[in-house]
Amino acid sequence: MTPVDGVLSASHLVKTFRLRSGLRSTPVHAVKNVSFEVVRGRTVALVGESGSGKSTIARILAKLETPTSGQVLLDGVPTPTRGRALAEYRRRVQMVFQDPFASLNPFHSVAHHVERPVRIHHPELTSAQVAARVRDLLDRVQLSPADRFASRRPHELSGGQRQRVAIARALAPGAQYVVADEPVSMLDVSIRLGVLNLLADLQREQHLGVLYITHDLATARHFSDELLVMYRGDVVERGPADDVILRPQHPYTQALREAAADPERLGALRDEVRRSLRPLGQERSASA
Amino acid sequence: MRELMPRWDGKLAIGVATVALITVFALVVPLLAQDPRSSANPALLPPGPGHWLGTTKLGNDVLAQLAVGTRGSLFVGVLGGLVSLVLALFFGILAGYIGGVVDEVLMLLTNINLVIPGLPLVMVIAAYVQNAPGLGSLARSSLMVALVLGVTGWAGSAVVLRAQARSLRTREYVAAARVAGEGTLRIICVEILPNLVPLIAAQLIYGVIFTVLGEAGLSYLGLGPTGSITLGTMLNDAQTGQAVGTGAWWWFVPPGTIIAALGAGLSLVNFALDEVVDPRLRQAPQAVRRQRRSRAAITREEASA
Repeated sequence: MTPVDGVLSASHLVKTFRLRSGLRSTPVHAVKNVSFEVVRGRTVALVGESGSGKSTIARILAKLETPTSGQVLLDGVPTPTRGRALAEYRRRVQMVFQDPFASLNPFHSVAHHVERPVRIHHPELTSAQVAARVRDLLDRVQLSPADRFASRRPHELSGGQRQRVAIARALAPGAQYVVADEPVSMLDVSIRLGVLNLLADLQREQHLGVLYITHDLATARHFSDELLVMYRGDVVERGPADDVILRPQHPYTQALREAAADPERLGALRDEVRRSLRPLGQERSASA
Repeated sequence: MRELMPRWDGKLAIGVATVALITVFALVVPLLAQDPRSSANPALLPPGPGHWLGTTKLGNDVLAQLAVGTRGSLFVGVLGGLVSLVLALFFGILAGYIGGVVDEVLMLLTNINLVIPGLPLVMVIAAYVQNAPGLGSLARSSLMVALVLGVTGWAGSAVVLRAQARSLRTREYVAAARVAGEGTLRIICVEILPNLVPLIAAQLIYGVIFTVLGEAGLSYLGLGPTGSITLGTMLNDAQTGQAVGTGAWWWFVPPGTIIAALGAGLSLVNFALDEVVDPRLRQAPQAVRRQRRSRAAITREEASA
């Protein structure tokens, strides 16, 4: 394998939005010079608070925004902006959106959402083949029996089921890279793990390169190989996931880690509170 | 699907019933009544047996004229409404979805159309096309009147549709369709338009009302279709036949009533559709009632105190 084979890379991405209010326009630097690589079969996590530029990067990789400067390279080739080459890029690079309640069209059935990308990118398939593929995809994201789910509309599904549909849609063209923009942040806590495990399984099975965007350090550490921490449009820290989390160098990463719920620390805190309360209680009982 | 359907309530029921009655009347009665142009009857008979709505100065049966005229008005109304809807869809959705320079240009045209006073423009165009050479029998047909009204009446709907298209464009499912590789035209037709159905239906009804009233106005001024009978041409005949002066109320009251009832019925249906587009409108009556109740309770307390 040559070093550039099977790599989706962002090279010196910059995105500046212009905020217009009346005649004045102020630039907003959403992304400042960010570079990274997503290799097939591995997961890169992009962590940061809201407004740190993570979603802008996702949208640039999905070709929904054009970067102000810098470029996205697929296997070392700059990505096209239109035509057949763009369709080929879309076939290989797909995206799972944050909000499964907004990313599925309320008017259309589950089958429509999964079937369209199959038809667009594989026009040679017959209707029967497309239907078989849709069933297979729904089975793979554990929406079975597939036939029962296929005819449903988004409002008849739960949040987790919707996100599974969105994942099936992303896989439908035969994607090699998936950009998952906070795929579980809108879901109920109890089903987040199920959806993330599904993503991880699919990634292993299909040798996907995944860019997992999140603000949750715990899942980022658990599900990714490499971790990038973004703060105000810059990558402030990067490295193997465990290293970044266990030995954070940048003050922002340290603050993030402090803010994350840590069961051990919570337990320690509780003990501390108990210890400081006990003498009070004793004093009271003594005086009584 | 269900949220795209209007809720069945009193307003909608009355509206649908009125419009349905008028439509059935316009479609069925012309088959049963006598020839509306037959002048074999005595002139200016008041309503009575044989001629339920009396006769005109020329001896035409008013009921027969009314039925055929309603049919003519509905034809012009629906056709003109459809023409203006197609134009509104083109200008509104394209401007809203594509944005940028396209938006600016299309909205400039729309705004120009919007600020030109409606009826005078319609009169000028109608007078012009009726004298235009080369149009032959088309020049003064109801088809031409419908086209003229449709071409002048789309701007308001275009503005409404543009606003909604702009909002739908930023929905994530549209972005998702782009990522899936859908083309622009397909995104507009398959992903966006279905979600606009209630709004589009409301704009169509608005267009029909506008065209029916516009046709009545044009015909009353003598600029309507000459070959066919509509409610407007009936009013024009009644005016020139001095129906008001001679007290022949049965000649002008029925067409006036049908125009008013049709406009009211379609508007009631539109109110129900508006509630689908903006569900907050549904809560408005309840909110008013709640306010009234609590205010009454306060007054009672003050009175007893």
